Amino acid sequence: MAILNARGVTHYFGGLGAVSNFNIDLEPRELVGIIGPNGAGKTTVFNLITGVYRATQGSIIFEGSRIVGKPPNQITALGIARTFQNIRLFKEMTVLDNVRTACYAKVKYNPIEALFHTGRFCREEEEIISRSMDLLAHLNLDIHANELSKNLPYGLQRRLEIARALATEPKLLLLDEPAAGMNSQEVDRLMELIYRIKNDFNLTILLIEHQMHLVMNICERLIVLDFGETIAQGKPHEIQNNPLVLEAYLGKEMHKEMQG
Amino acid sequence: MENREGVFNKIRQFWGRLMHVRWLLPALLGLVFLASLVIHHFDLLDLYVQLVLMYVGINIILALSLNLINGYMGEFSVGHAGFMAVGAYIASWLTVKVFPVHLTACLFPLAVLAGGIGAALVGLIVAFPSFKTRGDYLAIVTLAFGMIVKSAIENIDVLGGPRGFLGMEKLSTLPWVFFWAALSVWAIRNIVYSNFGRGVLSIREDEIASDLMSVNTKEVKIIVFVVSSFFAGIAGALFAHLLQFISPRAFDIIKSTDILIMVYLGGIGSIAGSILGATIYTVLLEVLRPMGVWRMVLMPLMLVMLMIFRPRGIMGLKEFSWFIPVRDIFASIRWREKRGGR
Amino acid sequence: MSYVLQQLMNAFQLGSIYALIALGYTMVYGILTMINFAHGDLFMVGAFLCFVAAVSLELSFVPVILISMFGTALLGVVIERLAYKPLRQAPRVSAIITALGVGLFLENLTLALNPYPKQIPQLMSHTTWTILGVSISSLQIFIIVLSLLLMLILDLIVRKTMVGMAMRAISWDKAIAPLMGVPINLIISATFAIGAGLGGAAGVMYGLAYPVIDPYMGIMVGWKAFISAVVGGIGNIRGAMIGGYILGMVEIMVVAFFPSTYRDIVAFALLLALLIFRPYGILGKPYPQKV
Repeated sequence: MAILNARGVTHYFGGLGAVSNFNIDLEPRELVGIIGPNGAGKTTVFNLITGVYRATQGSIIFEGSRIVGKPPNQITALGIARTFQNIRLFKEMTVLDNVRTACYAKVKYNPIEALFHTGRFCREEEEIISRSMDLLAHLNLDIHANELSKNLPYGLQRRLEIARALATEPKLLLLDEPAAGMNSQEVDRLMELIYRIKNDFNLTILLIEHQMHLVMNICERLIVLDFGETIAQGKPHEIQNNPLVLEAYLGKEMHKEMQG
Repeated sequence: MENREGVFNKIRQFWGRLMHVRWLLPALLGLVFLASLVIHHFDLLDLYVQLVLMYVGINIILALSLNLINGYMGEFSVGHAGFMAVGAYIASWLTVKVFPVHLTACLFPLAVLAGGIGAALVGLIVAFPSFKTRGDYLAIVTLAFGMIVKSAIENIDVLGGPRGFLGMEKLSTLPWVFFWAALSVWAIRNIVYSNFGRGVLSIREDEIASDLMSVNTKEVKIIVFVVSSFFAGIAGALFAHLLQFISPRAFDIIKSTDILIMVYLGGIGSIAGSILGATIYTVLLEVLRPMGVWRMVLMPLMLVMLMIFRPRGIMGLKEFSWFIPVRDIFASIRWREKRGGR
Repeated sequence: MSYVLQQLMNAFQLGSIYALIALGYTMVYGILTMINFAHGDLFMVGAFLCFVAAVSLELSFVPVILISMFGTALLGVVIERLAYKPLRQAPRVSAIITALGVGLFLENLTLALNPYPKQIPQLMSHTTWTILGVSISSLQIFIIVLSLLLMLILDLIVRKTMVGMAMRAISWDKAIAPLMGVPINLIISATFAIGAGLGGAAGVMYGLAYPVIDPYMGIMVGWKAFISAVVGGIGNIRGAMIGGYILGMVEIMVVAFFPSTYRDIVAFALLLALLIFRPYGILGKPYPQKV
């Protein structure tokens, strides 16, 4: 029973085709990577799945519900969360508040109860703090809880984005270039982190990445995009030697990296 | 030397322990209200000073309410006086034309409340364009809204049209004004330090990310506009019953500009900031009154200087710790204690 | 019918004035993404400079308008250097509040120096012709023609000169333009100068058409011109021109067919409606948001 199902998803920006005929079947607990040269439409796919854009054509089904046309916050509440290519943290809010904000949909009290500090309000607030701090601790960020997120070093900011996404209690996590700007040691630590959260939180993960070291090591299978079209799908070692893929990346450097 | 150290430490300890007191803010607000009662009943202050204090109170409510939209949510609403006008006219209509004469004093709080609710309903309408438009375009919407309200009142004869509406008794007293001011501080602070408040801030920081982190931005925007306009309406009602005369001109773009200045002067996104900004602005205007027309030349100049050196206002995004709920201040510390320390 | 044509002429005149002022808003917005709320007051200063030049210095029309335009242009540059330049890196809203402060300063300074409304003397001889039952005054024609001329010159400057090209470069990418050798401070000052100068010219024309001027005249006119700029698509020069004429048209036509007290409410309601259907203004484009 696939957790995510996309059929014929196509999206145009004005006259420009950004994504053509994208298809995917994601089984629960899979770790799938989407790769391709810059501008291939990878982030657009994420945006389509999360509802930032409404697909011009095609259908996307998540756990049996159609999600094309639903507003983003509803899709997130259904269980899809993501991080961003360019970090989009709530800069002037603390680390703890960034995570607490993502618990929005889990909260059941209404504004009147917030106004009067009713029992339910107090209980739920304590619970949110508890859950958020536990989550931060899980990702070794709890010591920074009261710092403004804009003051964190880059690597921790990326980790905070992941923590924030996890706070929405997703079943499917979309990671957009989580290793951007990292050196090989940091990438190794990131790989461990991804494995850990996948297991601890029972996640299905869809990953966009350029760093082939990461992609080749942790992805169970890959989808390759170029100019919005899917040019190859399969296991990492199959993709490595696929001539179409090599051509798309246009370079012996890429080829060498993928074999490494 | 030793004695002084000891005293400092004791003060620091006391201050620290004070931070843990959950009912600190309500107690403070209660004290302020009590003080206003005492001052009013025993005429402890000159009547003129009491008048200025009442204007301060009304302006605090206005600044706080606008800060919610402009400071916490990061929008640029330029028609706030429109909400104030709605509240003023509804309340005045009730006390002058509807309530029986001998009961106006007792029913005054009802009139004020009705003004607030009326303004809140109008605020609900303004919330809807905010779903799709942002930034400068929303500024236009709020600007146009303010002008439409003013123009509409000018065209309604029963409300006196451009000539204005008279006949209100001076029902706004120091205790009433401070009661509503204290209430507004309490209410807005509770909203800000709740799930919805975090939603508001996240919209300001990054609306798209906020949406994607499960925040129901439509719901949040509605709450913000309704609460904000509710209190602006309250302020309007109190204003009408202080001045005892209102006209559309009292609620024009200049009034909206005044409120904007108070908010940005005191500091966006800060309750203490709004209180400070409203107080400084009102008091300064009074103090500089002998300068005549030149005080309005000096004031803007000082404002410009302030903006150049402190662009976010005096308190700018920082909050006075007495306004922050204890739960939020000690969230991580208490969690660590529960987990048995690290 | 002749009534309608008459009102159309009035609308054209008013629209020309709004358009000139709207251009100032839009040019500054295009280059700095800043709403210069003091701009309406620059328009007012232009009218007062006209008064001073005409009454105290007893000059004729041409020197008067030149003095007004240069005076406001200079004032615009001074304001930019003193009050706005320090805030280029600050949050946008702070710059806007500063602009409001500058505007208040100008209004009240003028009020302090000129406590009573002033009347601008007739600086040019009026003739009135009657065509098709419509009475057209030479002043109206003059205002419309001069405005269009100024707008044409502006359009040429922006499209054909180096200065104009530099302005457009900065409006597209403020960070990169200086790296390409564009003297950013100079061009920004030039933009303010031109925008303010046009506003000053509008002030003179307004003073000639509606001779009584007061220090607060810039407030309403300023906000209305701002709305015109947004309706046309803020940042877009052609849009500002179109927006100005639309607002002038809407205002005059509303007064022509409804009681005059309805003018503002109907005008603003119509403009709101227009923004609902074209949320970015007529010629405006939404700023592409990369997610």
